[in-house]
Amino acid sequence: MYEFIQHVINGLAAGTIYALVALGYTMVYGVLKLINFAHGDVMMVGVYIGYAVAFLLGREYLGTVSGALLVFAISMAACAAFGFFVERFAYRPLRDKPRLTALITAIGISFALSYGFQLDFSVGDVTLLPGAASRRFPSIIPPREWLVLGDADVIIWNWQVLSFAIAVGLMGALQYLVFRTRFGKAMRAVSHDHRVAGLLGIPVDTIIAGTFMLGSALAAGAGILYAIKDKSIQPLMGVMVGLKAFVAAVIGGIGNLPGAVVGALLLGLCEEFIVGYTASSWRDAVAFGFLIAVLLFRPEGLFGRAQAEKV
Amino acid sequence: MRLSAFAACAALAAFSACEKKSTATPPPAEAQKPTATGAAPTGDDVILLGEVGSLTGSEAAFGISTRNGIELALEEANAAGGVKGRKLAVRVYDDQSKPEEAANAATRLISQDKVVAILGEVASSNSLAMAPRAQAAQVPMVSPSSTNPKVTEVGDYIFRVCFIDPFQGAVMARYARETLKFDEVAILTDKKSAYSEGLTEVFQKRFKEAGGKIVAVEAYGKGDTDFRAQLTNLKKVKPQGVYVPGYYQDVAIIAEQAKELGLKVTLMGGDGWDSAKLFELGGDAVDGAYVSNHYSADDPSPAVQDFIKRYTAKYGAAPDSLAALGYDSARVVIEAIKRAPDLSGPALREAIAQTADFPGVTGNITLDANRNPVKPAVVLRVEGGRFKYVATVAP
Repeated sequence: MYEFIQHVINGLAAGTIYALVALGYTMVYGVLKLINFAHGDVMMVGVYIGYAVAFLLGREYLGTVSGALLVFAISMAACAAFGFFVERFAYRPLRDKPRLTALITAIGISFALSYGFQLDFSVGDVTLLPGAASRRFPSIIPPREWLVLGDADVIIWNWQVLSFAIAVGLMGALQYLVFRTRFGKAMRAVSHDHRVAGLLGIPVDTIIAGTFMLGSALAAGAGILYAIKDKSIQPLMGVMVGLKAFVAAVIGGIGNLPGAVVGALLLGLCEEFIVGYTASSWRDAVAFGFLIAVLLFRPEGLFGRAQAEKV
Repeated sequence: MRLSAFAACAALAAFSACEKKSTATPPPAEAQKPTATGAAPTGDDVILLGEVGSLTGSEAAFGISTRNGIELALEEANAAGGVKGRKLAVRVYDDQSKPEEAANAATRLISQDKVVAILGEVASSNSLAMAPRAQAAQVPMVSPSSTNPKVTEVGDYIFRVCFIDPFQGAVMARYARETLKFDEVAILTDKKSAYSEGLTEVFQKRFKEAGGKIVAVEAYGKGDTDFRAQLTNLKKVKPQGVYVPGYYQDVAIIAEQAKELGLKVTLMGGDGWDSAKLFELGGDAVDGAYVSNHYSADDPSPAVQDFIKRYTAKYGAAPDSLAALGYDSARVVIEAIKRAPDLSGPALREAIAQTADFPGVTGNITLDANRNPVKPAVVLRVEGGRFKYVATVAP
C-alpha cells in the first residue's frame, strides 16, 4: 500500500512539471498552429538562468524565501524575454510561409540551444556557456520532512508540497489570465482566427509575442521545479521533457488548456506505474505508444476541441 | 562554492585550450633530442615509445593523468641509466577523445615514428579502434586502463595492466557477502551500458554462489534523472545493500533520490564511480557507499606511498588511479624491453607476455594467457566527500 502511495506522489511530481511545459506548447499551438519544438530547450535555458541567479545571490540567500522567489522571478522574466526574441527573430518572419518552414525552424532552434549550451565558453572568469557536464542545482528550498507515513514508509518533503503548490498556482494564474482578462480575451480571439482578430483591431503581433513570453516563463518555472526535484542539470535535459510534454498536450487535445494539464498528470502517473510495476525499459515506449493510440482513436485528444474553449 | 565551480570550469576551459596548442607541436623535452624525431627503433641511442591519449575533449582529465604517470616512469628509468645503455623517450599524440583520431594516431606512431611499443588508450572504445592497427603492424600495445574484455581479444599484441570488468563484479560480490555479511542484496543496473550489465551479471552469479540472495533487480537507462519508481520498489523488498554498477552522473542522483525516499541501505559500485563529480552531484547522499577500484592513494603499502610522494613532487597533485595505471603500463613495457633479446615487435611481445609478479603500484601484475593481468582490486568507502581505502581483495 505504501509503495502505491509513493508511486502516486512520484507520478504527480513528474506530471506537474510536464503540465507546466505542456501548457506552453498548447498555448503557442492555439494562437499560431505551430508546434514549438524548441519549448523544452527554452525550459533548459530557464534552468541555467536560475542556476546563474542562485550562484550570483551566493550562499547566504540560498534557502531563504526571498532567494527562492528571486530565482523564480528572474529566471521566468529572463526566459520570457528570451521567448520574445525567439518569436520576434525566428518565427515572426516566417509566419506567412508554409507551416512546415516554421516547424523546421523550431527543430533547428531546439538543436542550436541544446548543443550550443554544451560548448564551454568563458570570457575571463565569466562562464557564458556551461558545457556538457552535469551540474548540481543548488538547493534553493532546504529539504525538510513535511509528512511521514508509517515507519518512514512514505516521506513527503516540504519542497514536493511547495512545488505542487507553485505549479497549481501558476496554472491558476494562467487560467485567470486567459479567461478573465482583456489580454486573454484577445488571445482567444487570435487563436480563433488571427486575420479577423487583426481586422477587428486586436494587435496580433503583440498578442502572439505575449503568448510566447507567457509560455516561456511557465517553462522556466517548470524547469526550476524540475531542477529542485532531480537536482542534476545538463544541456540536453529539455529534450525528453519537451517531447513528453508535447505528448501530454496532444493526449489532452492540443490547444486545450485543461486538457494539457490532465494529459500531463495522466502521463506522469502512467509512466511511474509502468516503471514501478513492469520494467523501466517500457517507460518511453508506453508514453509514445499512448500518443499513437490517442491519435488513432481520438485524434482531437481526450478533451476534444468542441467541448472546451481553445486558446 | 558556486564561485569555485565556475572558476574551475573556466580554468578547465583555458587549460584544455593550452593543451591543444602544446600537443600540436612535439613536447619541448623531446624537441631537444633530435634523435627522437623519426628515429628508427634500433641503431640510435634513444628507444622511442608511443602514447595515444585524450589530452583534450571529454575525457581530457583521464588522458592527462595517464600521460603524467607515463612521463614519471620514463624519467625514473632514464635517471637509473636507461635501458640497454640507451635512453627512453615517448612520443605523445592527442586523440581528442575520439576513436577515429586514436586509430590515426596509432598508425602515425607505427609507420612514421616507428615506435617500439604503444601505450594507450584509457577509454575502451578508443583502444578498440587502435588495437587492430597495432596488431596488424606487430607492434605491442599496452592499454593502461581499458577494462572492456574485448580490447585484448583483438590479438596477441594487445595487453593491458588493469583488471577487466567481470573481475570487479566478483570482487564486490565477495566483499558484500564475506566482509559486509549481507544476505539479501538488490541490484539497480543501467540497461543501456555494456559495462553495467557485465558487472551486474557477474555480481549476481557470484553473490548467489556465495550463499546470498538477490532480492530484486531493477533497471534504468543512462541519462534518466528520475529513479524514484525503481527505488520505491527496492524499498519495498528491504535489501541490506544495493549494487549500482553505473557511472558517477547517474549514481549521484540515485543516491540522492534513495535518501529522499527514505531508503537507508548501503550502496555499492565499481570504478565508474571514480570522479570528483560524484561528490559535487551527490553531496552527502553517497556517504557510506563501497566501490571497487584499481588503486587507492590511502593504500598503506610502501610502494604506493613512495609513488605518491614522487608523483606529487613532480606534478604538485596527488595521482589518481589513471596516473597509477599509466605509470604501471610504462614500467611493464620498460621491464619487458630490458628482458627482450632485441627490440623487434615479436621479441618485445614475447617479453611483455612473460610479465609475472611484476610489483606495480596498482598491485602485483601477472599477465595471463589472454594478456590480461591477474591482480588485486581495492575496495573503497565513501566518507565525507572522498574515497577511503578499506581493503585489498586478491583475485
